[in-house]
Amino acid sequence: MQQRVTNDFTIRVATVNGSGSQSSNLVLTNAIFRLGIPVAPKNVFPSNIEGLPTWFDVRISSKGYQCRTRDVDLLVALNPATWRTDIAGVKAGGAVIYETSYPIAGESQRDDVTYYAVPFNELAKANFSDGALRKYLLNMIYVGVVGELLGISEEDVEAAIASQFKRKAKAAATNVEAARVGYTYARENLKKTDRFALERVTGKTDGLSFMDGNRAAALGCIMGGCTVAAWYPITPSSSLCENFIALADKYRVDAQTGERRVAIVQAEDELAAIGMVLGAGWAGARAMTSTSGPGISLMAEWAGYGYYAEVPAVIFDVQRAGPSTGLPTRTMQGDVSFAYTLSHGDTKHIVLLPATVQEAYTMAMDAFDLADRFQTPVFVLSDLDLGMNPWMTSALPYPRRPFDRGKVLREKDLNKLEKWGRYRDVDNDGVPYRTLPGTNHAKAGYFTRGTGHDEEARYSEMPDVWQRNLDRLVKKHETARTAVPQPLVEGHGNAIAILAYGTTHHAVIEARDILEHRGIETDYMRVRALPFSPDISAFVARHERVYVVEQNRDGQLFGLLRVELPDHLISRIHSIRHYNGVPIDAHAIVDPLLQAEREPAVIAE
Amino acid sequence: MTVNLLGLSRDVYKGLPTTLCAGCGHNSITNHLIKALYEYGVAPHLLAKMSGIGCSSKTPAYFVEQAHGFNGVHGRMPSAATGAKLANRELLVLGISGDGDTASIGLGQYAHMVRRNVDCVYIVENNGVYGLTKGQFSATADTGSTLKNGTPNEYSTIDICGLAIELGATFVARSFSGDGKQLVPLLQAAFAHRGTSILDIVSPCVTFNDHQGSTKSYAYVKDHEIAINAPDFIRPREEITVDYEPGTVQEITLEDGSRVMLRKVDRDYDATSRIGALSMIHETREKGEFVTGLLFADTGVPDLSEREKLVQKPLKDLKEDELRISRGDWDALFTS
Repeated sequence: MQQRVTNDFTIRVATVNGSGSQSSNLVLTNAIFRLGIPVAPKNVFPSNIEGLPTWFDVRISSKGYQCRTRDVDLLVALNPATWRTDIAGVKAGGAVIYETSYPIAGESQRDDVTYYAVPFNELAKANFSDGALRKYLLNMIYVGVVGELLGISEEDVEAAIASQFKRKAKAAATNVEAARVGYTYARENLKKTDRFALERVTGKTDGLSFMDGNRAAALGCIMGGCTVAAWYPITPSSSLCENFIALADKYRVDAQTGERRVAIVQAEDELAAIGMVLGAGWAGARAMTSTSGPGISLMAEWAGYGYYAEVPAVIFDVQRAGPSTGLPTRTMQGDVSFAYTLSHGDTKHIVLLPATVQEAYTMAMDAFDLADRFQTPVFVLSDLDLGMNPWMTSALPYPRRPFDRGKVLREKDLNKLEKWGRYRDVDNDGVPYRTLPGTNHAKAGYFTRGTGHDEEARYSEMPDVWQRNLDRLVKKHETARTAVPQPLVEGHGNAIAILAYGTTHHAVIEARDILEHRGIETDYMRVRALPFSPDISAFVARHERVYVVEQNRDGQLFGLLRVELPDHLISRIHSIRHYNGVPIDAHAIVDPLLQAEREPAVIAE
Repeated sequence: MTVNLLGLSRDVYKGLPTTLCAGCGHNSITNHLIKALYEYGVAPHLLAKMSGIGCSSKTPAYFVEQAHGFNGVHGRMPSAATGAKLANRELLVLGISGDGDTASIGLGQYAHMVRRNVDCVYIVENNGVYGLTKGQFSATADTGSTLKNGTPNEYSTIDICGLAIELGATFVARSFSGDGKQLVPLLQAAFAHRGTSILDIVSPCVTFNDHQGSTKSYAYVKDHEIAINAPDFIRPREEITVDYEPGTVQEITLEDGSRVMLRKVDRDYDATSRIGALSMIHETREKGEFVTGLLFADTGVPDLSEREKLVQKPLKDLKEDELRISRGDWDALFTS
């Protein structure tokens, strides 16, 4: 008899896109979570409305690992098109629940997995007369089968269904019925011979609930005082603005008058979206747009304008796999170097790099403060994994700070000044003062332009004026180094370190545990923003080798570090890259790191 | 000293000296704008001067120096104007564009600004030529017109007014840079109109497009322009003293209660008919003539801020307690 595996395995559900499997996948996730067991769902879906294969992984991890794992222990196979490759992906000792009609022959015939044949199609046909609903309810039948085999009580599944179908009692009842069909069939027909089990635990998920990063960012926009949003729909960022709209409808509308304290425009393209944001930011509103890589490409010219004319803006880039249209529904940390210097000429932006749902929320608020404080576009680089997958998270904290609206001169300030210059560095931090249109003072107005200008915002083509302004902008960028979210460090005193950012964080957590078991202890720095904090070079200086891990082919952050680190430290950093479109897992870090440690010369850059 | 309704002298409405060519039609427009703004009594601090890139887009520096200006990127001024107006609906957003900025690189944004009915005045200083890059054709160049070197334009022309009317514009006028008598009241009517006001102003380029083969030269326009109506603009706070003949005047009431009076000069023209306006544009164009005047107006369409049901207070001025979810509602979000 195989050793029992409790609360530490991964379920993969392979279905056809458009079959409505997302609801049942979330019900399964929630039902397991109700047992107090940490779960990390990952949706690997196609760029398609209906018909292409889609997979949903539910990682069950007693240690609370939230990254993807490449190990599939229990497969629910409901897509004939991918049946053969899906079964090949199951780990030895795993189990397969499949539709009875699928052939077990050749590749799909394995002697190291347990098979459970379930006549899903027949069960759906026999129990549900509505043909249209049948395809959809078939998915809920699988939840019942899995529940019975793994020991999830029917009550927990029913509670999960109730919470999934809030305010839709009839739909909930039908889904409960479908789950029961699965339970009953499994109880009466399947003999459990696999090794996987779930057991209720305590103390691991207290105070946690599920949220995706796009919703958290939308909450950050509401709490950060965003009043103008302009966007163009694009996967995987659309749900950020859609969540913002839903929240605004609820919390930004006067109950008596119906008047709205927010303006949201679906723009004709991303050029218009960023243009509206800059126009609004210039006029004094907190404004944002959300997009993904292709939209960032279109925004390049305006981004340089915002940088040079010094206009606040917040741009959420929920990164997806590129170049070009690429893989619109897959993840990547692909826009880091592009966003950092987005636009022609001498341009450098503030870029925030959230890794968690908490940070998707807090950094959204930070972004509005930083944009106002530094009078510049601020990019928040989330990714599809963070933005669209549900993550366990504790309650988001209520903001304690008021808005930081930056250096804005009002009428009373102007009364005290004999003269002022829009681009004059009064405080020696590179950050000038601005006025807003509508300021009722004869001296308030100035001319904002993307052309060369002097300290008084007057047009100038003089070489010294041009260079002086660029140097001040660099000084402002230097000031931002310590004002942006600073890196976080774990571990101390080891020779080897890992440096990562964004969602790569979750794979690093598991990778460091695995490495420790293999006898390699590591320190870890998580970079949370650009420009780089001075802490980063100090951290590299304290280590013999620093492995920079990221989810792109060319080592974008690694490249930026090589440019900015002092020469003598450059040889200490090494690059580990993951770029197949699915979220990085621990072995994508452990394997190359172990190899490099055995043969350091091989990967030395 | 002579002052306007706000007690401001005409000098307040002036700007920096122009850097455009001497005799440029754009400078005439600037002077008419100064007059119109001064007479109307636009508060300088509530004026937001927006522009894109090109000769026309430089002109916001040449009037009302006290006002805030925003000289954006090529063809994208409509989006910036939209954002500024949403941020502060008290602003009079005045956009100045050119034919290249509007009809070529910025055609998409122009179209969407019009269909959203963003409350702004949008002036196209239309000379049918790219001046700053030294004389290439723009998309408003007439078919058959030629460049200085003799190259003919073989492509169809984009009519900025016709396009706007087709897209649902609520105020569309055409004038000529040298016709202050017609232009100043049209500008003031545009200031009063709530919604997008399109003013296509034929503005001859004296350097690159004022030669015999051009259809936007001074000589050509003066010979071929037909004034269909001469609007006189009247502020409601003043007594109506316009000299007009009963039966030949058409009255359009604007949202703020002020009215435009259309004096029908040559023929009976109904500026409330979208189809009529399009017919007029096409018919006159076929004859090689420019129709000028208020071509179309519809004062009953909500603007973007109204459609979005924005609060009266400018969004830029809203504070934490008006924008954040309350503590109680926040906690409820995480306990449900």
